[in-house]
Amino acid sequence: MHILLKLFIEFFQIGLFAIGGGPATLPFLMDLTEKYDWFTMEDLTNMIAISESTPGPIGINMATYAGFHAAGFPGGIVSTLSLVLPSVIIIFLIAKFLDNFEKNKTVKAVFYGVRPAVTGLIAAAVLGLMQAALYVETPEGSRLSIPLVILGIIMFGLMNSKKMKNLHPVIWIMAGAMAGIVFQL
Amino acid sequence: MKELWELYMVFFRIGGLTFGGGLTMLPMLKYELVEKKQWVKEDNLLDYYAIGQCTPGIIAVNVATFVGYKRKGILGGISSTLGMISPSLIIVSILAIFLQQFMDNKIIGHALMGIKAVVCALMINTVITLAKKSFINAICIFIAFIVFGLAVFTPVPTILLVVAAGIAGIIIKKLEGE
Repeated sequence: MHILLKLFIEFFQIGLFAIGGGPATLPFLMDLTEKYDWFTMEDLTNMIAISESTPGPIGINMATYAGFHAAGFPGGIVSTLSLVLPSVIIIFLIAKFLDNFEKNKTVKAVFYGVRPAVTGLIAAAVLGLMQAALYVETPEGSRLSIPLVILGIIMFGLMNSKKMKNLHPVIWIMAGAMAGIVFQL
Repeated sequence: MKELWELYMVFFRIGGLTFGGGLTMLPMLKYELVEKKQWVKEDNLLDYYAIGQCTPGIIAVNVATFVGYKRKGILGGISSTLGMISPSLIIVSILAIFLQQFMDNKIIGHALMGIKAVVCALMINTVITLAKKSFINAICIFIAFIVFGLAVFTPVPTILLVVAAGIAGIIIKKLEGE
């Protein structure tokens, strides 16, 4: 099968089942790292950094980057368009036929189950992401990088401190880049 | 035609000038759609947001599609959706090309290592925020932990877990007699 067709099928499915916006696409993108050699778990951390530091919805940015990684510029276009296609169709149907869709009992019941499930899914994805990001390859095999863990903990502490709580993620990403260069991580 | 172009441009501006999707886009949407263009009333915008959160896909894009459809039907919905995603397509593609070429550069390599640690911290924060919002009672916490366990320790596909959670939601609400 042609790679663009594969991208279409995969990202259409993500668009259909990723409920809860951008971060909800992460578990699905992680599934893709196991299924194809389009991008690795390590690439995913770069994707998140790029998506958080560029304008536009994060989910869209991630899809563009992932598609680009897999098949260049056409790949980025195909994956982004396929990601939004299901929701475009669904919203047309809702806007035409369903008034008060969001107040519908069944819809509410479905989301009652899906919302916490998505939290669980994203938490699992983040755990996998951390394993990929914080382990480094050494001649003796891969091992946990203590400097990266320390930097992560310091950053986490700072971004949750009272004074710096509302700073934009871009600033933290910049700070991380600086720390990486200064300490030769 | 003119109005379709206008829809495209308005959402292009919103997509190109807002960092992060979802709720961070709300103030910008309000400014452009409610105050400047007066296409929608503020109440309606909040309703569209509620719908955008209850439909699959990217929330900000869903709102764009909805507003476009309400103004100019299917073509309007397509115009505004394309407008919303165009800046990402352009900017991210350019950055991806740039990054691919400099990936082997030593300094960029160090920078990316530092960024990795930050991304981990940011994502833990995202999970905490989500947990605060979605852990409204013991059942929800239970569902989240079961799904977390299945996702970490078993190869069950993500799609299946989402569908199962939706069905579980319907069954629980039935049992509660609502």
